[in-house]
Amino acid sequence: MSVARDTWYMVGRQARNLMREPIWIALLVIQPLVWLTLYGQLFKRVVNLPGGGFGTASYITFLAPAIVVMNAFFGGTWSGMAMIADLDRDVIPRFLATPVSRFALVASQVVRAALISIIQGLIILVIALPLGVSIHAGFAGWLVILLAAGLVAAPFAALSTAIALLTRKEATMIAVANFIGLPLLFVSSTLIALDQMPHWMQVTARYNPVNWGVIGARQVVLPGTDWASVGEHLGLLFALTLATTGLATWTFRAYQRSL
Amino acid sequence: MDAIVVEDLRKRYGDVQALNGVSFRVSEGEVFGLLGPNGAGKTTTVKVLATLTKPDSGRAEVVMQDVVKDPDGVRRTIGYVPQGSGVDRDATGRENLTLQGRIQGMGGAELKKRVDELLDLVGIEDASDRVVRGYSGGMKRRLDVALGLVHRPRVVYLDEPTTGLDPEARVSMWDELGRIAGRESLTILLTTHYLEEADHLANRLAIVSRGQVVVEGTPSELKRSLEGDSVIVELSDGNSPDARRIIESLDGVRDVRAEGRQLRSRVDHGARAIPQILTALDRNGIAVEAVDSHRPSLDDVYLHYTGRDFREEDEAATE
Repeated sequence: MSVARDTWYMVGRQARNLMREPIWIALLVIQPLVWLTLYGQLFKRVVNLPGGGFGTASYITFLAPAIVVMNAFFGGTWSGMAMIADLDRDVIPRFLATPVSRFALVASQVVRAALISIIQGLIILVIALPLGVSIHAGFAGWLVILLAAGLVAAPFAALSTAIALLTRKEATMIAVANFIGLPLLFVSSTLIALDQMPHWMQVTARYNPVNWGVIGARQVVLPGTDWASVGEHLGLLFALTLATTGLATWTFRAYQRSL
Repeated sequence: MDAIVVEDLRKRYGDVQALNGVSFRVSEGEVFGLLGPNGAGKTTTVKVLATLTKPDSGRAEVVMQDVVKDPDGVRRTIGYVPQGSGVDRDATGRENLTLQGRIQGMGGAELKKRVDELLDLVGIEDASDRVVRGYSGGMKRRLDVALGLVHRPRVVYLDEPTTGLDPEARVSMWDELGRIAGRESLTILLTTHYLEEADHLANRLAIVSRGQVVVEGTPSELKRSLEGDSVIVELSDGNSPDARRIIESLDGVRDVRAEGRQLRSRVDHGARAIPQILTALDRNGIAVEAVDSHRPSLDDVYLHYTGRDFREEDEAATE
């Protein structure tokens, strides 16, 4: 009961601070939009490759939902920076000297990252429409893509928060985010259809949470949506969110031992 | 009744024995100061008492609740003002206070009234709806103190409340803290490495050095225990063993120490000793640049009980 209440208050704090600088959220969308337009142009013809597997003749339609997920993934991996700022400024020690639930402190970071990804995802989709993207599953499709964005951001935000609590160093955060960023992106069907990838990458991609999000989001954009697959992949992401949030809450102990 | 009981706390970080058997008791309603140079173990002691970290051994209780066995009970009882400013810089003063009250289980009209009262008490009501990022250092620190008071705790820890403030803001913070201590009928545990601050605010204090309490008492008791005044003689041609021997040979002069160009000593009565010292030095052809005598300060107390100079030790630890 008090866990839910504390989480609500802590999420409220994050949301309020976020809304205070809305321009910041919008500015962060510029990079994924560059990806969308640049790669959209550069790889336009890959959909004609023998072997196919794209499910559409429009590369930008193939790409757009994946860029929303990619943006959420990057946003999640970097979100531990906010925890480091709170640690450096003694905000977290102040909270820890109160009965506030430790889970609430972690969960609020996770929810913040998910919210940012959802808002940014919405902006990316709206801009993608005039570029010729249409979402086949309609309104439900929009919801699924945004949900996928939130559920991809969340577990990586939890891991990022855990790393922040364990290392408390920005340099380490940057190193970890860079280290996992591009590999997970390329071992996924974000930029190219799975059928076009070497076999070992296809196998590896099955275990890549970024790919789970891409599959879920892309299903609703293309005709012939497999809703069972959407449910399965979003379910996996949700389970991973719970596990990583639990892990991050547990790292508070390690953090307090170092105090 | 004792609000805080600390018995033989020990804690080690790697090679550093941060706490080496700290013990003290604080009565209810008292302002108790932990005075010591940087690195003496004050902040570690407060972190144990705030349930942020566990001691390796020893016992600590706050209003009869054990910090290790009942951390949530302790957390409801205490207000903790950490050394760095613990405020959320992206929120307003009012939002900071309201959130702090909520996670301590307050709400509704009661919380709203309490927040207004505190904004007024620490004198930041005019800035209450501004984002903290724009606050001055002094205002931020006042908000920190208010955050520690929201849920009407019985015990408040102030960890270095005026470190980093300019002298003017420090003095006004002392006034503020003095008023709060009176109005809120609190037990306050204060850590400081400013001797003047301990002298000014604490009813009773413990001098902490290298993880242990060296001596405990009221500021005036501690000063009285030294018996007599300090006399400091600055020599024109610098220190010499001769000058030291001459001063040591005089009646009623004790604890002679050389420090740079100065000779410090302890005498029963400063005004009477000075002419004797000056005459003796003059007779031996040793020129004196300046002479000063004062009632014992906490500086002298620290030197007396630890055998080390407070400022030197403080600076050494900071580096």
